[in-house]
Amino acid sequence: MSTIITGPVYGIMAEFEDEHSLLHAAREAYKEGYRNMDAYSPIPVLGLPEAIGAPKSKVPLIVLIFGLTGAITGWLLQYWVTVIAYPLNVGGKPLVSWPMWVPIIFELMILFGAFSAFFGMLALNRLPEPYHPVFNVPGFERASQDRFFLCIEAKDPKFDRFYTREFLKSLGAVEVSDVAP
Amino acid sequence: MADQVTQNQYVVTPPKEPLVSPKHNLTSITERLSSIVFTRTPKGWLVGFTFFFAVTMILLASIAWLFIKGVGIWGINTTVGWGFAIINFVWWIGIGHAGTLISAILLLLNQEWRNSINRLAEAMTLFAVVQAGMFPILHLGRPWLFYWLFPYPSPTGMWPQFRSALMWDVFAVSTYGTVSLIFWYTGLIPDLATMRDRAKHRISKLLYGIFALGWRGSARHWNNYQKAYLILAGLSTPLVVSVHSVVSLDFAQSLLPGWHTTIFPPYFVAGAIFAGFAMVLTIAIPLRSFYHLEDVITMRHIDAMAKFTLLTGLVVNYGYLTEAFTAWYSGEIYEQYFIYNRIVGPYWWAFASLILCNVLAPQALWFRKVRYNLPALFVVMMFVNIGMWLERFVIVVTSLHRDFLPSSWAMYAGTVWDWLTFIGTIGFFMTLMFLFIRVLPAIPMSEVKELIAEEKEPTEMTA
Repeated sequence: MSTIITGPVYGIMAEFEDEHSLLHAAREAYKEGYRNMDAYSPIPVLGLPEAIGAPKSKVPLIVLIFGLTGAITGWLLQYWVTVIAYPLNVGGKPLVSWPMWVPIIFELMILFGAFSAFFGMLALNRLPEPYHPVFNVPGFERASQDRFFLCIEAKDPKFDRFYTREFLKSLGAVEVSDVAP
Repeated sequence: MADQVTQNQYVVTPPKEPLVSPKHNLTSITERLSSIVFTRTPKGWLVGFTFFFAVTMILLASIAWLFIKGVGIWGINTTVGWGFAIINFVWWIGIGHAGTLISAILLLLNQEWRNSINRLAEAMTLFAVVQAGMFPILHLGRPWLFYWLFPYPSPTGMWPQFRSALMWDVFAVSTYGTVSLIFWYTGLIPDLATMRDRAKHRISKLLYGIFALGWRGSARHWNNYQKAYLILAGLSTPLVVSVHSVVSLDFAQSLLPGWHTTIFPPYFVAGAIFAGFAMVLTIAIPLRSFYHLEDVITMRHIDAMAKFTLLTGLVVNYGYLTEAFTAWYSGEIYEQYFIYNRIVGPYWWAFASLILCNVLAPQALWFRKVRYNLPALFVVMMFVNIGMWLERFVIVVTSLHRDFLPSSWAMYAGTVWDWLTFIGTIGFFMTLMFLFIRVLPAIPMSEVKELIAEEKEPTEMTA
C-alpha cells in the first residue's frame, strides 16, 4: 500500500510496526547515504537519534550556562541589596555575610536552570510549530500512539522520488507515502 | 543473552509481578489510558467534583471574611503567633514533596515503577504547593501587600532582608512551584500530542493541539526532550531537599526551645516525603478502583509506596528520638522543659495522638498482609495524614505557647475560621485533582509505553 501525490513533495514517509524495524531502517538509510531524514515514534527509541545522524543534544550546555547565570545573579542581587542599596547593621556583623545568601543563590540557580532546560529544549526543537508537512501523511496520527515512521526529505541530495520509495519499501515498511509540503 | 537480561533486571528491580499487565501492547494501552478522558463524565466523578467544589467555596468565603476582618478571626494571639496558617503551610508543602521524589529522584535511580504513578504524583505536588503558598500570604495580616516580599525597586527605597530564613522561604517555595509546573508540563507534552491525535471533538483537538506545541515525536526532538527531562529531574532532586530544609530553617533559625535544633532539616525532609507518600496512596487507592487501573497501578506499585512510607516513617521516628535526646542531653532547663511540656503538658493529647498516628500506625506496614490489603492500607495512610498534621501542630503550638517567660505563656486553639480555611484548602486541592483526572491523561502514556517496550524486548531497549 502506498500513497502517491502529484506535484512537489516534502519527502517520502515509511511506516513501521515496531521500534526495531524503524531503528534498522534508519541505520540502513544512513548507510545508503541519506542525511536529511527524521524518524518519528511514540516513545523515545534508544540509538535512533544517532542512527539518523542527529547531533548530540545541546540542552545540557544551555542549562549549565543559565544555571551559572542564575547563581551569579543571586549573588549579585544580594550583594547589591545588602551592601550597596540598603545596608543594615545587624549586631555589627559584616555586610557581606555571604553564607546567608547561599539558599537564594541556590534557588535562583535551579530556577534559571529549569527555565533554560524547558525553553532551551523547545528552541532546539523549534517548537511550538503550528504547521508541519509530516502531519499530511495519512495515518501519521499513530506516530504519537503505536506506529513508527521514517521520513526521507526531498532536500536530501540523494533523494529520488522513485528510488527512495523503492528503497524504503525494501526495508520492510508496511506503508510508504509521499508527504505533501 | 537470556541470563544477562535477567541479571540486568535484577539490578533494577527484583523480577516479580510485571509493572504493566502483559496483555497490553502499545495500541491497547493508548486506547485504555486515553479512554479515561475520552468517555462521558462518570456519575461518580460528577458527585465528587460537585462536593469538593462546594468545599472550595467555603475556602473562598473564609478568605473573604479574613480580608474583611483581618487575622483576628483566627485563634492566634501574641504568644502563639503561628497558628493554623503555618501548620497548614508546612503540611501542604510537605505533601507536595513525595510527588517530586517519585517523579525526579526515582527517575534518576532508575526505579521504573514510578512510570505509571509519576504524573499523578506531580499533579499532587503542584496542587499541594498552590494550597501551601496561600497560607503564608493569608497570614501576613495585609495579604494584598504580599509582593513586598520580592526584591523590586520600590519608592520606599527598602529591600528585603536576605539573612532571614523567611526570605529564603519566599524564593524556595516560589522556585519550587515554578519548577514543579515546568517539570509536570514537560512530561505532559508527548501525551498531549497523543490526546490531540486521538481527540474526536474539534474543540478538544484544538486545545490539546495548542498545548502539545506541535510535538510530532521526531527522534531529534526526543533526543533534546529526554536530556531536558533528565536535567529537570536532576534539578528538582536537590531542590526538593532544599525547599523543606529552608522551611525547617524558618523554625530552626529562631532561638525557641523545640525549634532551635540542627536535626530539623533532615527530619523535616523525611517527614515531608512520609506525608507525601501517604497522600499519593490516599489518592491512588480510590482512583485505581474507580477507573479500574489495576493493570497499570499494580499491587507492586502500591507495595513499593507502602514500603517507602514505612522507611521515611522510621526516619521521622528517629527524628522524634533525637529531639528528645538532644533536649535531655543539653542540660538546659528550657530545652528540657519543652519536651516535658510536650509530653505531659496541656497539649499531651496532641502528642499522644501524634505517636499513635506516626509511630505506631505505620508499623503495620511491616506486614505484607497489610500492604496488600487496600482498605487496611488506606486506613494506615489516613493515620499518617492526620499524624503529620498533628506533628506540625505539636511543633508550632507546644513550642510557642510556653517559652522562656512564664508570664507570657498562653493557650492556643483554632477557631471555626481556622478550621474552615483548612478544610477549604482540602476541597480546593481535591477539586483541582478531579479536574486534572478528567481532562488530562493522569497515567503517563508515553512512559508506560516505554515500560511495555522494555518488558517485551529487554535486549534492544536496555542495551
